[in-house]
Amino acid sequence: MNKYKAVIGLEMHCELKSNSKVFSSARNSYNEIANINVRPVDMAFPGTLPVVNKECIKKALMMSIVLNCKQPEYMYFDRKNYYYPDLPKGFQITQMHDPVGVDGSIIIECDGYEKEVLIHDIHLEEDAASLDHYFDVSLIDYNRAGVPLLELVTEPCLNSAEEAVAFLETMRRIYQYCEVSEADTKKGQIRCDVNVSIMEENATELGTKVEIKNINSFGNVYDAINYEIKRQSELKDAGRYDEVVQETRRFDEETGTTIHMRSKVDAIDYKYFVEPNIPKYKIDKIWLEEIKKDIPVLPRERKNKYINELGLSEYDATIIVKEKNYADYFEECINLGMDAKTAANWLIVQIIAYLSKYDIILKDFYLKPSFLKQIIDAQVKGIISSKQAKEIFFKSLEEEKEPKNFINSDNAQISDKNVIEDIINNIISNNQKQVEEYKNGKTNLFDYFVGQVMKETRGKANPVITKEILKDKLDN
Amino acid sequence: MTELSIEELHKKLKNGEITSDELVKESLIKSHEIQKICNAFVTIMDDAKGGNITDDLLSGIPYGIKDNYSTKDILSTGSSNTLKDYIPFFDATAVANLKKHGAIAVNKTALDEFGMGGTGTTAHTGIIRNPWDPKRMCAGSSSGSAAAVAAGVYPYALGSDTGDSIRKPAAFCGIVGYKPTYGMISRYGLFPFASSLDHCGVLTRSVKDAAIVVDAMKGIDKYDQTSWDSSKINLYDSINGNVKGKKLFYIKEIVDESNYPDASSELKKHLAIFRETIKKLKDIGVDVEEVLCDKELLNVIPSVYVCLSCAEATSNMSNLTGIIFGPRGKGNDIMDMMKDHRTKGFSPLIKRRFVIGSYILQKENQERYFVNAQRIRRLIVDRMKELFSKYDGLILPVSTGVAPYIDGSKDELNSDNTAVLEEHLQIGNFGGFPSITIPNGFIDGLPVGVNITGNCYDDANILNIAFALESQMNYKGMIAGGYHE
Repeated sequence: MNKYKAVIGLEMHCELKSNSKVFSSARNSYNEIANINVRPVDMAFPGTLPVVNKECIKKALMMSIVLNCKQPEYMYFDRKNYYYPDLPKGFQITQMHDPVGVDGSIIIECDGYEKEVLIHDIHLEEDAASLDHYFDVSLIDYNRAGVPLLELVTEPCLNSAEEAVAFLETMRRIYQYCEVSEADTKKGQIRCDVNVSIMEENATELGTKVEIKNINSFGNVYDAINYEIKRQSELKDAGRYDEVVQETRRFDEETGTTIHMRSKVDAIDYKYFVEPNIPKYKIDKIWLEEIKKDIPVLPRERKNKYINELGLSEYDATIIVKEKNYADYFEECINLGMDAKTAANWLIVQIIAYLSKYDIILKDFYLKPSFLKQIIDAQVKGIISSKQAKEIFFKSLEEEKEPKNFINSDNAQISDKNVIEDIINNIISNNQKQVEEYKNGKTNLFDYFVGQVMKETRGKANPVITKEILKDKLDN
Repeated sequence: MTELSIEELHKKLKNGEITSDELVKESLIKSHEIQKICNAFVTIMDDAKGGNITDDLLSGIPYGIKDNYSTKDILSTGSSNTLKDYIPFFDATAVANLKKHGAIAVNKTALDEFGMGGTGTTAHTGIIRNPWDPKRMCAGSSSGSAAAVAAGVYPYALGSDTGDSIRKPAAFCGIVGYKPTYGMISRYGLFPFASSLDHCGVLTRSVKDAAIVVDAMKGIDKYDQTSWDSSKINLYDSINGNVKGKKLFYIKEIVDESNYPDASSELKKHLAIFRETIKKLKDIGVDVEEVLCDKELLNVIPSVYVCLSCAEATSNMSNLTGIIFGPRGKGNDIMDMMKDHRTKGFSPLIKRRFVIGSYILQKENQERYFVNAQRIRRLIVDRMKELFSKYDGLILPVSTGVAPYIDGSKDELNSDNTAVLEEHLQIGNFGGFPSITIPNGFIDGLPVGVNITGNCYDDANILNIAFALESQMNYKGMIAGGYHE
């Protein structure tokens, strides 16, 4: 089955984060209540006109720059004309002639190797309304009508489902880092169309392309691609490759298969033409420079820095760059002078686990890097044990009080050698029988003595110093 | 008194000779009278009341609104069955602006369905007739507005103009029709025909009234991105009648009688009236020159217009599905319901335009028709702008003569070589140029008009020249004869 090379192209639609919709002053926010975020233009009442949201253009241009695309000299939009109940105007405002970005590329990582993915174009458009189908009625919710969408189209340059998903993950992370989108598939903010064809390993001509439309999760993208490769390969193996035709299919989640929707001959002529109600305007070079400055350091660069400059493991670095909040938190720790590995450990082992356990986001997490530093500093100075550090961590979160409130003389670790030696001397003189037995070879009694010291100090004795002194006393 | 000018009415309202209520009542009574003769209205707002009189010239004065303007809580049909019961919940910006000036709307005027005709015969409420002679048409599409203003129902009514829809009916009804520079008046709330050509404007009985009304309608609007800030322009204040040294041009290929070897006597008379008008302008110090233009370029104006306007219209009117507004169509699924709504709702003329528009926009035809039409539009506009750099404006006669008869006579003069005379006003829409028609004479008791078109943003200059010319003639403030004693 794998003797063929798969050729995959992706179209990734991502909803942009913005205060208002892309051509309307209605709010752009997910709402459980239908038809709340609606202005007359969203329902195409006669005489209403689109007005471009500059914030959306800025974000689209930012993504164009991130993807190393060429930006057009002029900004304008096109109409894509077709009838559908979810499309109130009877056309969608999009960009066909001169998108915000063309001919770009981005490097992705997949199973330990790097690959450059070529970007055909990226363009800004508006979403349609959403339809809810019931047994005998369909309802239209216009909250989504006019929500800004960025559509990214790759060249057919991906060769496996793994690469496709790696690309989508990379892009999702970039959208999130740039705060261009929440890019949450659970909220339906990302939808994908996938093109799949297969060819002989050394063939020069591409095979017949099949499109799978409107896939709403990365897992489904993965399954749909693999199903399609398998389906096409089996037909080819059986000498029935002519049954692979240019068509649009959809992915059926329940059966994990793709199903025919329409063939190429039924393709709609969208009759694109320039949207006359939005004046064409020149994109200011200075503005582009400003946008460039607003682009944060992206995950791939951060990861390389963490590994090469800060000495983190690949594994730790990968986890930290997964979310910009994690990476920002980590970098703040470094800026505060914390040891990179220690900070990474705390972040990965304690903080991320805590966040997922209580289902909160890092922004709402009480223990800011400066508070974490109080704990780590105390531990490094030997004032508290690692066990105490953890206790203070949770106590601080529970009571929402700075850790320093819990790092006081009362529960501080006893590290004073003289104090510990006095305690040990006492214990030895009170446990002569055990001392005898130890000296006669019952060396596992060592832990008994440690235990006695801890009991005496209620766990506060520095264990390293305690063991050092005990060893010295008992063995000599 | 509704036959008076805005300035005169304002004075009478101010000094208490008449109240706003009385004026509104008179306007409503006349509306009903005219309705019987001209069928000019979709809605007469019988419950309209007078308003406060302020220093604003428009305060308390009644006016009419073309029925393709969205009016809050008032039926707005676009004269189409597809919107026969549509009551909007928002005002068009131009209407809202007039409200702020205290203007009182008393009726909604009928039009060629969605402005897509030039005869006044395609409104869902029936044929609109010319008050000068009810057997004749008003032209269109602002037919009801033109008829009502000419009949003296009020001093002004709103119009819209995509090809010549304000400026041609004005000529046929013996009144003033003015569409300002594209974007000077917001189009928000105007039912679109072809967005890149659509203009709001006004029909009045004098140039000054047109200036007063557009001053109130205009302004940048956050809901229309093609609108621009004209706050520094005051058209009314700019009118001073001083036109010495102004330069106009006319196009030989359009007005020279030698272009029309089989010209009717009416056309000959019309062109003679035009020449007299030129003489009057020269008398007051305006320099008028003859300019030669590429005949081929002029000849394709109507085709370019059809291509662009039909293409945009097809798309603009795709929102008329009967799902969100308009009568719900019948059918087993939603696509059938939309089809039913549109099949029953639109008149044959509109359907023809949709078919043309769709054809032109098809992938395989776009380059040949749509893109080429856009190129020619650009060539025409560039040529005009070049001329406007030397001249203040272009002056041309409107149409080939007087209003035609509604029945039968339509193609009498419409041999191909007069098409350019019929359709040249479309140049004003191609370039978004300010353009005004004023009456300049009579042929057999029926009015004819002349048009002046200038460069974008030069509205004040154009109105001032029109005002000076108007002052040299006796056609200001005319009321169509026959019913108004």
